[in-house]
Amino acid sequence: MLDAAIIGAVLASVVAAATTLLLASLGELVAERAGTLNLGVEGMMIVGAAVGYATAYSSGSLLLGTLAAVLAGVVVSLVFAGLAVWLAANQVASGLATTILGLGVAGLIGSSFVGTRIDAAPALHLPVLTGLPIIGEAVFGQDAFVYASVLLLIAVTYGLARTRVGLVLRAVGENHAAAHALGHPVRKIRTLAIMFGGACAGLAGAHLSLAYTPFWASDMTAGRGWIALALVVFSAWRPLWLLAGAYLFGAVSILQLHVQGFGLGIPSQFLSSLPYLATIGALVVISALKHGQGAPASLGVPFVPDR
Amino acid sequence: MPLKLERQENVSTLRLAAAPVVALLVTLVVGAIMFIALGQDPVRAFTIYFIEPLGDPWTLQELVVKACPLLLIGIGLAFCYRANRWNIGAEGQYVAGAVLGSWLALATHGTDAGPWVMPAMLVLGAVGGALWGLIPAFLRVRFGSSEILTSLMLVYVAQLGLDYLVRGPWRDPAGFNFPQSVTFDDVALMPLLFEEGRLHGGIIVALVAAAAATFVLGRTLVGFSIEIGGSAPRAAAFAGFDERRVTYGVFAVSGALAGLAGIIEVAGPIGQMQPTISPGYGFTAIIAAMLGRLHPVGILVASLVLALTYIGGEAAQISMRMPFDVTRVFQGTLLIAILAADVLVRYRIRRVEGTSHA
Repeated sequence: MLDAAIIGAVLASVVAAATTLLLASLGELVAERAGTLNLGVEGMMIVGAAVGYATAYSSGSLLLGTLAAVLAGVVVSLVFAGLAVWLAANQVASGLATTILGLGVAGLIGSSFVGTRIDAAPALHLPVLTGLPIIGEAVFGQDAFVYASVLLLIAVTYGLARTRVGLVLRAVGENHAAAHALGHPVRKIRTLAIMFGGACAGLAGAHLSLAYTPFWASDMTAGRGWIALALVVFSAWRPLWLLAGAYLFGAVSILQLHVQGFGLGIPSQFLSSLPYLATIGALVVISALKHGQGAPASLGVPFVPDR
Repeated sequence: MPLKLERQENVSTLRLAAAPVVALLVTLVVGAIMFIALGQDPVRAFTIYFIEPLGDPWTLQELVVKACPLLLIGIGLAFCYRANRWNIGAEGQYVAGAVLGSWLALATHGTDAGPWVMPAMLVLGAVGGALWGLIPAFLRVRFGSSEILTSLMLVYVAQLGLDYLVRGPWRDPAGFNFPQSVTFDDVALMPLLFEEGRLHGGIIVALVAAAAATFVLGRTLVGFSIEIGGSAPRAAAFAGFDERRVTYGVFAVSGALAGLAGIIEVAGPIGQMQPTISPGYGFTAIIAAMLGRLHPVGILVASLVLALTYIGGEAAQISMRMPFDVTRVFQGTLLIAILAADVLVRYRIRRVEGTSHA
């Protein structure tokens, strides 16, 4: 029998799984709205996870670990920015290179921490609200990363739509030549957007290694960076839709685990492949419906100022 | 910033050829810094990593064996990347080819099937890889879905499928519960080139593929339509080249070659089906394709260089207890360096006086 406690626990784990995706995809969305397709999300995220874990384990401070992870994500994102923005190299190849390098660097950093454990980031119980039935624990009994992801979502949504910075950023992403002609520093803005993406990916990595599974395992991101990239397409570059997408995918990845637990005779590998198949399905549905609408017009096009 | 990139109209062949060499040197410098940071003597590390493998006939053979899948996959990727189609899921196509080819090896296991098995396995391997590669091509042509993400997602699906097969239906009943298939029969194994050693027939297949690709890409209308479709899609459309056919074509070719690499690896050096049949050849081949400038001969050289990072990585793992991730750092740095070197060869960086535009 499923009682409220079990449902609450499942919901809570869906929220946790969704948070990693939401954090990473928010950052990528900002980078893409500025016109750069950064396929390095997986690499930035895993370096964040490794550096965050190493710092938290060595210092005993989750806060320091989280800050270090964010910083590490930014540093890795600068590799991509240097190639794709300042050298105008192919963005797809630059992002891939960032991911390959990131996976290697993270493996090197993490190799001396294999088999260790830390205490997971504590849940911050909000008084009264946590006591609500079923959803109380899931919504109001989460760790700081979850609340941070929601605050970040609000900030990005508002920032892109309602502030001058957001307007300039979108202009750069839609038509970099026009933005340049108006005197906006296209490459600096893109670099900042990419750095924001790196910070978010690093934070997502910290969530993974400090809260979600509080230990280091090589390749622990397991494609989440790529799913975050797909979510940006799925959202048609609108932040609020990221929330829906991230929770949908969080639900798929958690529910398949629970179905595996029931032992219905379905091969576990088939269930494990569901998040990836769902990603493909979502991409197909969204591209069939929209046919590329919503993508920033200058997305993926390198910018070389002519004067 | 008072710097700007200025496109060079006529870049000499020498400068173009210099870029990979410069990239390699930069990678070595970064590598030296990494070794020092890891607390290792860089001279000793470089000797173990890059020099010692070249002095030993056994590891030299191993080098060629490891370069073989990189060459096959890299050539296929060159078709895609020349056409500006971003197939990054070659690893999945490699697995799909290995699975379909191995099916025949296991289906004929223990029977008196003749020497037709091996060639048929190669055909099935190519077909399996091509079919897996055609999925993202179809989704792109039919629905406009990004082939980058779909091809990559299919890597995870293929790997999980392989995992299911070797732990389930294909597991050797007499294998003490290890997740692996029976060892293939002799007719299902890739013949060795010489009685002694590691060199196998797949290397000939890869070299033939490289020669054929050099001809197709350089001397035929098909090669031209791929090139022009990638660099000037509008011009290609006006010239009457069908964009969809190019997409299907390059994905089929690269999938087939990756699948071929997969079945050759399983029927050759491995000899049976296992949960892991690749140390990331499908991703490393992306670097081989880039480093080789999307030209089959260049990819041949690049495959040997990258194979050396695998061999050196294994040697350093054993004798210096260094994590294998060192190899991934080398490979990633190499790709970054080649991308940067490419730009610096094609553009000239100029100082611009008195402007504030960046």
